[in-house]
Amino acid sequence: MTKPKVAFYWCASCGGCEEAVVDLAEDVLAVVDAVDIAFWPVALDFKVSDVEALADGELAASFVNGAIRTSEQREMAELLRRKSAVVVAFGACAWLGGIPGLANLSSRESILEFVYRGSPSTSDGDGVRPQEETDVPEGRLRLPHFDETVRTLDQVVDVDYYLPGCPPPVDLIRSAVTALVEGRLPEKGSVLAPDVALCAECPRAQTKPTDLKVTQFRRPHEVIADPETCLLAQGLVCLGPATRSGCGAPCTAANMPCTGCMGPTSRVIDYGAKALSAIASLVAPSDEEAVGEAVDRLVDPVGTFYRYSLPASLLHRRVERDAAGSRGGGQGWARRS
Amino acid sequence: MSETDRPFEPRIVAFFCTWCTYTAADLAGISRMQYAPNVRAIRLMCSGRVDPQFVLAAFRDGADGVLIGGCHPGDCHYQEGNVNALRRFELLRRMLRDFGIEEGRVRLEWISAAEGDKVQRVCNEMTERVRALGPLRLEPGPRRRVGVGVVPVGAAEAAAGPAAGEASEPVGVLETEGREAR
Ligand code: SF4
Ligand code: FES
Repeated sequence: MTKPKVAFYWCASCGGCEEAVVDLAEDVLAVVDAVDIAFWPVALDFKVSDVEALADGELAASFVNGAIRTSEQREMAELLRRKSAVVVAFGACAWLGGIPGLANLSSRESILEFVYRGSPSTSDGDGVRPQEETDVPEGRLRLPHFDETVRTLDQVVDVDYYLPGCPPPVDLIRSAVTALVEGRLPEKGSVLAPDVALCAECPRAQTKPTDLKVTQFRRPHEVIADPETCLLAQGLVCLGPATRSGCGAPCTAANMPCTGCMGPTSRVIDYGAKALSAIASLVAPSDEEAVGEAVDRLVDPVGTFYRYSLPASLLHRRVERDAAGSRGGGQGWARRS
Repeated sequence: MSETDRPFEPRIVAFFCTWCTYTAADLAGISRMQYAPNVRAIRLMCSGRVDPQFVLAAFRDGADGVLIGGCHPGDCHYQEGNVNALRRFELLRRMLRDFGIEEGRVRLEWISAAEGDKVQRVCNEMTERVRALGPLRLEPGPRRRVGVGVVPVGAAEAAAGPAAGEASEPVGVLETEGREAR
């Protein structure tokens, strides 16, 4: 029997997801035993033409990490979709937009302006920006188009499964690959992780008061947190109550509050709104002024509650008003219609 | 006449609690008080039921403004529902500002069952304020797909216990198609 072929690919991501595959350690050998890796640019020397040469649907699965920001990423996602029976959005960026998705708080123009002119480490003056096409004596050089907006993988191609996490925990990767090899994959659209909140597996859960109220929110650098007590009870913004479990709670075990990389449970539509709701309800004061003062301590609410999920949110991105006074965050969606 | 030729009429979604504000809106109607027809009232049991997701879904699906109405502090039928509404609103308001959504597009008001005239005044004020701000015009949104949670091999024990905290509450039916551009 021939082994099922799989591909690993990265889009707008940091490389941590690739590292997570390597973190399978000796189990990676079991994976290599069970499947044939047909494409993995980070680790093995394959070319895009190798993928193009495959028959449609020939890959049993493609594991794609990273969000989608450029035409190249979009084309690769479309190619892998065509060639694969199953596409897995691997990690927070592919599922929800992840950290690169926070770029949806800025317009495309302001990003280019800062990177190629405004940033302190850029010497300005020449005003040169990379062009999509440049003619040189050797021929024409091409760069991918930089889209108006960051999208999740399933906003670009059809996705079968989601592996949450930044990066996905090794145990979840292992069980996903095993389920794939053994043909025991669940219903399409499933998130391959337990569907309960992190508090359920947090070692501090016993110390979480049932009637928890917070008088003053604190940021991690402002306190030396007690290593045993629930972090929320210490005023630290821990998003455990709103976040999917399956990570094994390494952050809370290391005295750091959960920042929500595992995303929402299945009953939640918009992770950030739900996390905001969970945290706001804990505010102790009840009159308008004191409530306002308490929530003012939560600097950067979008970055706190949508750290990994801005492109997947209901609002998708910051609303921009252009010079003419009309609105819209660019033509990111219109482009496709 | 195309959409753009018509003068702008704000679309305002109002979430009113059934015990006070919705009753007050009824009273305003029975008393034949006239007010802006731009407000579409949605009746909820309590202002505490207003999930911030509802507000975002309203904006996503075309609202230019969102109004929340509940009982005066101390009068909530469920004791603390309106206080929770206030807590969420205060944080949501600040977050929407960072999203570039002007403060005038959201409003929380305490309106008792007897205050039909306040419904009239608040709806009129809100309509005018949003009219001045102009249409929100979010760009067409992504298709929403909600992942079904599934316990993978070997994690059955972890999923056996009930979810702790807020996230375990079902959010009700909020499947929104968005306005799809594909
Ligand atoms: S520390 Fe965070 S994850 Fe752990 S019980 Fe408290 S709120 Fe939940
Ligand atoms: S019942 Fe009216 S606000 Fe709770």
